[in-house]
Amino acid sequence: MPAYIAKRLLLMLPLIFGITLITFTVIHLAPGGPVEVETEMSLKASAQARENLKKLYGLDKPLHVQYLEWLKRFVMLDFGKSFVDNKKVVDKIFERIPITLTINMLSLFLIIAIAVPVGVVSATKQYSLFDKLTTVFVFLGFSTPTFWLALVLMIIFGVSLGLLPISGIQSIDVSGMNYFERLIDWIKHLILPVGLSAFGGIAGLSRYSRSSMLEVIRQDYVRTARAKGLKESDVIITHALRNALMPVVTILGLSVPGLIGGSVIFETIFAIPGMGQLFYASTMSRDYPTIMGILVIGAVLTLVGNLIADISYALVDPRIRVSGDK
Amino acid sequence: MFKIIWNRFKRNRLSVAGLAVIASLALAALAAPLVSPHSPTKIDVYNVLAPPDASHPFGTDELGRDVFSRMVWGSRASLKVGFIAVGIAIAIGTFIGAVAGFYGAKVDAVLMRFVDIMLAFPTFFLILAVIAVVEPSISTIMIVIGLTGWMDVARLVRAEFLTLKERDFVSAARALGSTDSRLILRHIIPNALSPVFVAATFGIAGAILTESGLSFLGLGVQPPDPSWGNMLTSGKDNITVAWWLSLFPGVAILVTVLSYNLVGEGLRDALDPRLWRGDE
Repeated sequence: MPAYIAKRLLLMLPLIFGITLITFTVIHLAPGGPVEVETEMSLKASAQARENLKKLYGLDKPLHVQYLEWLKRFVMLDFGKSFVDNKKVVDKIFERIPITLTINMLSLFLIIAIAVPVGVVSATKQYSLFDKLTTVFVFLGFSTPTFWLALVLMIIFGVSLGLLPISGIQSIDVSGMNYFERLIDWIKHLILPVGLSAFGGIAGLSRYSRSSMLEVIRQDYVRTARAKGLKESDVIITHALRNALMPVVTILGLSVPGLIGGSVIFETIFAIPGMGQLFYASTMSRDYPTIMGILVIGAVLTLVGNLIADISYALVDPRIRVSGDK
Repeated sequence: MFKIIWNRFKRNRLSVAGLAVIASLALAALAAPLVSPHSPTKIDVYNVLAPPDASHPFGTDELGRDVFSRMVWGSRASLKVGFIAVGIAIAIGTFIGAVAGFYGAKVDAVLMRFVDIMLAFPTFFLILAVIAVVEPSISTIMIVIGLTGWMDVARLVRAEFLTLKERDFVSAARALGSTDSRLILRHIIPNALSPVFVAATFGIAGAILTESGLSFLGLGVQPPDPSWGNMLTSGKDNITVAWWLSLFPGVAILVTVLSYNLVGEGLRDALDPRLWRGDE
């Protein structure tokens, strides 16, 4: 197993290199380069000030030198300072990551907790009413613009019923609350964002577990299990489900970039101070160092998500574990 | 061939309904000046945020513009982005997938690593980063959605190529002296197109969703030009007073995207020979 993990980690290196290269290229697509953008806001910026800025970011050097210097600093997690407030980009990002990761973890948990049972039941009762209803839900889930659904739910639960808060992650008067009240307050703020970011995933994953399960329950060993007189629940849970879940793990890993990317929309709508909101604000103010930092970190988080998925896959599937150790 | 596919497609009533919705939307978009009762950009300060009534069936927005007319014109944006973005994605994906699958070995390894790298980026992040650099506009997002959406197509085409290039008809064409480009373009690609069509249909649905999300954030179609996404921005700003601003454009996106997804599903079943029964 350690050999397998080591191999997987090694395979990540060229990918990370490629990610930095693409990020660097994207930012330098800017007509006139990053300095033009920063100084065009203030017409007074003199030619001298521009030169200073260029020097500061090393923009007067040839491109490959710029890239190598940026890469060198990147390896040490030094993404430079934000154009906006001169704070270190890495600090800005890391103070935002916990809330984004918390929301994404919670919605991943919600996705698994709902989608897998739903998928299994609709597979075992194929063409039943339940199966048909979930199919309808799946198509709606794929097709609903979630930011619009967010607006609708904000109108219903926030404005009309007044049940749930519609912005931020805590109330203004939070300092006067005890620990328990704070927790309740926090949960109330997270219900809509977490539920919404899980919405599309639930549709996708329940469809996927359904088809994976349908494939497995037609296998010979499931028939054998039935033939030797096992209870139906044992057949489904211990024999079929374990095998059906394996491809599902991979899909979960692949859904990480979607979740992280979606955080831009949710955090902007619900005014949640996470990485997505920071990214949106940086996009609007063209804060290149922050944009580059988040782009790279977002991609690396995706790779880590895939790695975790691969490792869990190997844990449940002995074939991979063994061949990886060779 | 098309007759067979159509006969199979037609069995799925929902997919046919989706196709009907798509066709009527396309007609409405083309005939926007005839269909819309008012100008989409005419400001009417005496009629701001008016609820739906006979003259404004979907109400008016914060500048007194007719929501229904703006939606009709906004369908042009969705249609344009959907088709052009997916066109770009299909072109790049088919090219890269074909080259990787046909030549295999090192070419394949390098190109597929590139696909892996592109897939590692949260797509929405990558799109936003590019828009931060280049001015946001409808052409920008069409190109960017295309440039960030070709990876699945590349994988599909590559997989088709890997099996097709071993088939006898390809060997026969090669023995007859076909060049590589002729083999790829004339012999293999036509046989690899079915999954691409299906992916394209789902891709249009995805592109419309992305466009509306970007326009909603103010990074896509720029006001005063209407798009369903940027109409929802004013829906959000007036969320407590004007529900119609949030409801109608959202439903339009939902129904359109749903229709493309249903057509994609029907197309997939119709094109999958494994599901063909002996009766055709």
